[in-house]
Order: sequence, then structure tokens, then C-alpha cells
Amino acid sequence: MSIRLDNIAKHFGNTQALEPISLDINEGELVGLLGPSGSGKTTLLRIIAGLENADRTAQPGKILFGERDVTHVHVRDRRIGFVFQNYALFRHMSVYDNVAFGLTVLSRKHRPSSGEIRARVYRLLEMVKLESFANRYPAQLSGGQQQRVSLARALAVEPEVLLLDEPFGALDAKVRQELRRWLRHLHDELNFTSVFVTHDQEEALELSDRVVVMSNGRIEQIDTPDALYRSPANRFVFEFLGDVNHLEGKVNNAVLTCGDAHLHVDLPDGHEELLLRPHEVRLTQAPTAESHLPVTITAISPVGAEVRVELEADWLAQPWLATVRHTDFEHLELQRGQRLYAHPRHWRRFPESVSKAPEQRHVA
Amino acid sequence: MQRIGDAPLVRRLLITAAVLLSGLFLLLPLVAIFAQAFSQGVSVFWSNVSDYYTLHAIGLTLMIALLTIPVCLVFGVALAWLVTRFDFPGRRLLQTLIDIPFAVSPVVAGLIYLLLYGRNGWIGGWLDSYDIQLMFAWPGILMVTIFVTCPFVARELIPLMQAQGSREEEAAVTLGASGWTTFRRVTLPNIRWALLYGIILTNARAVGEFGAVSVVSGAIRGQTNTLPLHLEQLYQDYNAVGAFACAALLALIALLTLAAKAGLEWRAARREAFA
Repeated sequence: MSIRLDNIAKHFGNTQALEPISLDINEGELVGLLGPSGSGKTTLLRIIAGLENADRTAQPGKILFGERDVTHVHVRDRRIGFVFQNYALFRHMSVYDNVAFGLTVLSRKHRPSSGEIRARVYRLLEMVKLESFANRYPAQLSGGQQQRVSLARALAVEPEVLLLDEPFGALDAKVRQELRRWLRHLHDELNFTSVFVTHDQEEALELSDRVVVMSNGRIEQIDTPDALYRSPANRFVFEFLGDVNHLEGKVNNAVLTCGDAHLHVDLPDGHEELLLRPHEVRLTQAPTAESHLPVTITAISPVGAEVRVELEADWLAQPWLATVRHTDFEHLELQRGQRLYAHPRHWRRFPESVSKAPEQRHVA
Repeated sequence: MQRIGDAPLVRRLLITAAVLLSGLFLLLPLVAIFAQAFSQGVSVFWSNVSDYYTLHAIGLTLMIALLTIPVCLVFGVALAWLVTRFDFPGRRLLQTLIDIPFAVSPVVAGLIYLLLYGRNGWIGGWLDSYDIQLMFAWPGILMVTIFVTCPFVARELIPLMQAQGSREEEAAVTLGASGWTTFRRVTLPNIRWALLYGIILTNARAVGEFGAVSVVSGAIRGQTNTLPLHLEQLYQDYNAVGAFACAALLALIALLTLAAKAGLEWRAARREAFA
């Protein structure tokens, strides 16, 4: 079922938690709401669920599920599945009773027979691979298992919209990875529309069909993960999606100067700030005609597929981070304290004017 | 290495002091009550207890407690629910107001009720014109008892419900549960032990309350005399055995209450260890 938000705003006291927001989510889509804490993403999710009411302003907002206007429909009648950040399992009920809850509270007319409920609960428990845990209590389960119970509980009522609030936030990295893949799989199989909230850009990029990047109660960009990473709409999105190195200085005759560092750039004279990702930094023993950016290695950490190298220099306000392939790392024989030269392969700038598209340059 | 208080001398001194003080101030009086009550044999004790006026006092006391508990229960749950589940202006003030009955001396509470609801009082005068008498009758005793005991249940529930948060209730509602179903199947099971504990405290206080009740009851023997008031009257009449027989009854109720409380705490601890 598609979800349409039209002009939804929310304030708590004097703080504007959400500026008027409009958003279309297609049927069967898996959408991530990504943003730092306080960006309004959870508030937005709770408004979609009906756990929070949008402001009633002069032009009140609207929420549509498909063709159905649910703006004033109570949570209990919206027929959504909601997965809470800390699972919110009923602590005094067994796993079985937790999953069965949504079925047992149906009015007698709609309630399936007890045998049917039993069959359905076990089918769900099988799906989340917890059949043998039916009689356990939530406190006896690990975090990942609790989260799976909470998913099964939400799915028991066969919602057409599944909403998840930081579903994997409290889990360790490995379990999180596993559950992510499993959720993606489940989503594709059961074909409901899902919206999840996260502050983890990796999670959002990996799991979503589209990502909604939010900050300060506003939507900064809505795009597919790929488009988001390749062409961020503004500086906030670029900085939020990964590590960023800054190079700030004055441009004079197509040369950007910053202390004893300088870089050839094709830009008009004036103050400039260039941004580049760690993998866009190349390290060499000698400067080139294009760039002269002397740096000193302060830390080296071989993590995963790459080596992360921290760089400092007098002309840098904040240290840079460069990622180097293991082969290059061995080739260059990098060591802590070593002095090298950095070369941007590629950089971006986000001029202050908001409307202007970001500029990107490849350096030869 | 030694931790603070590890020195054997300090430890022994502290333990001795604790045992001595609790023996002297807690255990000895308790033993004395029962010793006095039975000092002239079981039959005298029994005849004192089965005295008409004593039986009436027991009956009245139990009736007041039985009526107080449901009122405090509903009031406490509603108040705790209001304070922990909603945010509204004056919420903190309300939380402070709950404690007034604890902060005010019961005698003062009794006097205020007398002033308001007595025959010459503001509301009492008006009620009197309809022939309704609250003070110096059991309704007055009930009113002040409720006043004195009403914070117990709320006080037990508020910290617990605050700690538990409202996520489980929200989960229940997203699953389609009605308000009443949510309360019955999610909220109530989570607070039941605290609730029971609150009831035990309420009961203990309702049975034992003296100050506020003595002001509004008039202590008419066989009519408005509760057990603590009756005890005091017997003592004033130099009937020491009778007084101590009543005291023994009250002490027995207190002991039973403590036992129930300890039982609940033990259960709660066991549940925690199990979970």
C-alpha cells in the first residue's frame, strides 16, 4: 500500500520538530528515514503510525494510505505493524502470547479460531526461526531474538505497512548485518510497504530502495542510495553520508593557497572550501606541479579491505583521513610520523547559495 | 587491602549497636504487648476480645479498611496513569500535591475535615439542612482515612510506571487493542505487584490510623469507635488487659501485613533472578 504525506508538520512546545513535509512512498517500497538525532525522523515515523498527531494548522496536513485518508484514524484502526526501538515486547507474556496478541484482541467476529491462531503464530515463529522458543519469556532471549519476536508480533496482524523505529540500533554489528539482510529478504517476499528509521548511513544505504535524508525537521534529499552517494543535494547530505576531508583557503590565479600548502584549481578568485572523501586522497612521496599538500601520518589502522591513514599538517584545522588499498600501503611503506604529499583525485564544493547544484571536479 | 568498615572492631560495634537498638525499641515492646495481653490467661484475653464493644470496634475498623482500599486503588491507579502517561501543565505540581497527606499531621487533617464538614462547617452546615451527618459518624471516619491513605498506591506505582515507560502500551494499541484491553492485559500485569504492595500499605495505615480519626469520630462506644480509639479508651479506664488485648490484635494485623509484604518482596526478587 502506498503512503502519501501531505504538508505534515509537528511542534512540541516551542520547538518545531517537523517543518511541513510532503512525501510519497510507493507500494512495496522499502524506505529509510536517515538523519542525526533530533532531525525529526522518529517523529515522522510516529506520525505515520498515528502514535503522534500532526499539527492542526490553517492548512492541516494529510496522511493517505493508498486511497484511504487516515489522518484522523486512530492507531489501532490504521492496520500498521510497528517495531519499536527497544522491542517493547510484553515482558510478562511468553513469546507465543506476544506474537498471538494482535490476533487475540480482535473482536469476536474477526478473531480466528484458537486453532487457526496457533497455526499462524507457529508459522510466524518458524519464519523468524524461533519455533523452539515459544514458551520462553522476553527476558530470556538475546537482543536479536527479541527483535525477531517483535517483528513476528507486528506481522501477525498482516499489516500492509510496516514501520520500524531504529530496528537494529541496540544490536551488535554482526547480528545487525544478519538481521538487515533477513529483513530485506522478508520485505521482498511478503511485499508490504516498509519505512524504517535509522541514524546509521550504512544501514540506510544498504537496506533501502530510497533514502530520505533529514535534518532539523526538514527533508534534505530523497533518492536511491546510489544517486544519494554520487550526487548529494547539499553539503549536509554529503557530510552525513560518510567521512569528509576539508580544504579551505584563498584562490588566486587559479591556485588555492592555505598556509604552505597549495593546489591548482579551476576556480575564480575568492575564498573556497573543497570537500573530498577519504578514498579520494592519493598519497605520494613527492609533490607535483598540480598540488603541494605536505602532511604527516599520525595514525594507521588496517580495517577491513582498506588501510585508514590519519593525516595532520599545520595548514589543516582538522586531520584528514585517507583510505589506501593494502597493496598501495605495502608499496608506499607507510609509517607513523612519515611525511608525505596528499593529492585530491576528486573534490566537490557546495557554494553557499542553496539552489545552485554542487560542483564536482576531477583532477587529472 | 581493607575496605571501609572492614576493621573487626568497627564491624562488631556496629552490629551490636544495631541488634541492641532493634531489640530494645522494636522487639521488646512487641513481646511486651503480647505478654501483657495474655498476662491473666487466655480466657481473660478472650473475654476482652469478645466483648461487644471490642467486637464492634473491630467490625467498624475492618469495614473502614475494606471501603478505603477500593477507593484508594482506583484513585491511585488513575493518578499514576495520568502523571506517567500524559504531559500537561501542572503535572509536577500534581505530583507534589499527592504528598500532602504524608506531609500534614493527621490531626490537622481531621480538624480541617471537621471545619469543612462539621455541622457548623461550610459544607457540613448545608448538608445538615438535608439531614446528612458526616462528622461523628462512620462516613467521616472513612473520609479522613481515605485522605490519610490515598498517596500509598500512587506513590508505589508512579516510579515503576515511569521506569517501564509506555512503549508496551503503544505496542498493544498498534496491534489493535482497545484502551481497556491494553490496561487489562498489558498495564495491569506489569504493575500488579506494586499495586498489591500499595494495597498492603494502605490497609495497614487504614487499620491503625488514630490521629485524624480521633478528631472526627467522637469515639462513641459501640457506634463510632475504631479499634485504635477503643484501645485508648480501655487504657484510660485502667483496663490494661483489655487495652493490650486490642493492642495485640493491631500488632497481629501489622505482623501479618509485614509478612505479606516480605512475601511479595521475596517473590519479586525471585522473579527478577529468574528473568
